[in-house]
Parts: sequence; structure tokens; C-alpha cells
Amino acid sequence: MLRALKSFGAFWYDFVIGDDWHVAAIVVAALALTALLVHVAGVNAWWLLPLAGFAALVWSLHRATSGKS
Amino acid sequence: MTAALPLVLTVFVACAVEAIEALTIVLAAGLTRQWRSTFQGMAAALVVLAAIVGVLGPTITLLPLTALRLVVGALLAIFGLQWLRKAILRAAGYKALHDEASAYLREVAAAKAAPEVAKRGVSDWYAFTLTFKGVLLEGLEVVFIVITFGGNQHNLGAAVVGAAIAVVVVTVTGIVVRAPLAKVPENALKFAVGIMLTSFGTFWGAEGAGVTWPGNDAALLVLVPVVAVVSLGCAAWLRRAHRVNTAAGPQAQVSQAEGVTS
Repeated sequence: MLRALKSFGAFWYDFVIGDDWHVAAIVVAALALTALLVHVAGVNAWWLLPLAGFAALVWSLHRATSGKS
Repeated sequence: MTAALPLVLTVFVACAVEAIEALTIVLAAGLTRQWRSTFQGMAAALVVLAAIVGVLGPTITLLPLTALRLVVGALLAIFGLQWLRKAILRAAGYKALHDEASAYLREVAAAKAAPEVAKRGVSDWYAFTLTFKGVLLEGLEVVFIVITFGGNQHNLGAAVVGAAIAVVVVTVTGIVVRAPLAKVPENALKFAVGIMLTSFGTFWGAEGAGVTWPGNDAALLVLVPVVAVVSLGCAAWLRRAHRVNTAAGPQAQVSQAEGVTS
């Protein structure tokens, strides 16, 4: 039962998060920061998520090709 | 219908890529083992997938639009960036291109080696499970794309149409040529799908977080090309770096290969 649960979790982790969890973490953090800027500081931060996405992609590619992941 | 065209096209391309991969597995099982058990496995997987769409589809459209866009946008952006990452590494030469012909040969070799065992009313359990797993796994990605895109646009019907056309086109082509569709530029298609998933995910995710995009929906007309340019730029940058490192000698290649984990 435990093994089935583990493999179920591993499948969904691999399906959604994929090879580099840092990308998912950066996207989630950027969305949280965007919501904070919009709802608390009143800043329409539409630019934040695209910039964070590009940064996550470049960083992840750099890590993958330089032996750091 | 014109308004739904980008949705239908995006889902069509994304689903065609997955259908091509599923077709390779179905052909390997059917041509090497037996078609009856292969079709049983395929039918069982399609029933499970239809049930998932039937349950999740209507449920997801009941969620408040802001929450839906936040969650679905985040998932799509993460999913899209992972597709782009793989496509860029393949385009730059750091990762082997997905080759349906060699994938087919691998599946055929494994299918020939496995013993034929009858189980639970299925005459060839190996062919059944191979096809069931393959179609279910590839189909889950199709379901994910159909539900997220269709739910967000409140047009699940158009998304289902795009997916259905893709599956029919790939299936008919597969029946006609009776071989894996190795000539389809799969990496280019995956690159394009990664760009669309990332762009739509970013757009909806940020909207769900509360932002108002400059130009509202028209912002997508800028966002998609910008994501494409950045991705192509990354591929060009890595391709050049790969060439320089390859020219530098085998030692550099080894350290690079160690860095690419998947």
C-alpha cells in the first residue's frame, strides 16, 4: 500500500514538477510575490512572472549544462 | 468558432505530439504480439481517460475563475517551462533527440523477449499492459492540456475537438503507413507547444494573482513571440557553447554530459 502511494506520488511529481524542481519553486514564489505586490502594495506587477519564468529557464539550462544539477 | 481557433490549434499540436508517442507503443505491441490484446489495452486506457475528463472537466468549470486561473496558470507555466527546457537541450545537442524509430525498436525488442501469458480474460497480458500504460500515460498529458485550456477558456468542447482531431489524424496516418511516425519533427512541435503552454500559463497565472495585463487579452500577442524569441535565443546560445566545448575536446564533453541528468 505504502509502495503504491509512493509510486503514485512519484508519478505526479515527475508529471508536474519534472526534472528540475527549482523551476516550479521559482514560478510559485513569483506568483506569491505578484499577488502580494498587487493586493498589498497596489502595484500592477504584470512583468514579474514573465521575468521570473525566463530567469528560471536560463538558470535551469545553465545548471543542466554545467554539471550542477 | 474563429475565437476558439487558437485554443483548438494549441490543443491539436500538443495532443498530436502525445498521440505520436502513444502510436509507437501501440504499433510495437500490435505488430509484435497480437492486435486483440493490444486493442483491449488501448480501449481500457481510453475508458479511464474518458472517466477522468468526465469527472474533472465539469468540476473544474465550477471553480471561481480567479482561483482556476491562478492554479491552472501555475501548473501550465511549470509544465511549459519543463517542456521548453527539454526541447532547448535537445535542439542544442545536450540531449538526444526523441527518435520514434529507435523508441519503436526498443519496444519491439522488449515485446519479443516477454513470454505470452493469459490473465483476467486477456490472451496476451504483456501486450495489454504495455498498451494500457503507454496510452494512459501519454493520454494523461492530453487530458491535462484539454482540461486546463478548455476550463480556463470556458470552452471545454473546443479543447476536446482539438484533441480528438489530433488523435484521429495520428491514428489514421499510423494505420496507413503501419510504422512509427519518425519523420514528424517532434522536437520542433514540442518546442512550439512549450512556448504556448508557458505563455498561456504565465498569462493566466498572473491574472489569477490579480494583475491586469496591458491591452488585456491582446497581451498574449506580445507574450507568445517574446517567449519564442527568448527560447530560441537560449537554444542558439547553448548550441554555440556546445560546439565550443565539443571542439575543446572529449574531457569537456564528458563533464557536460554528466551535467544533463535527463
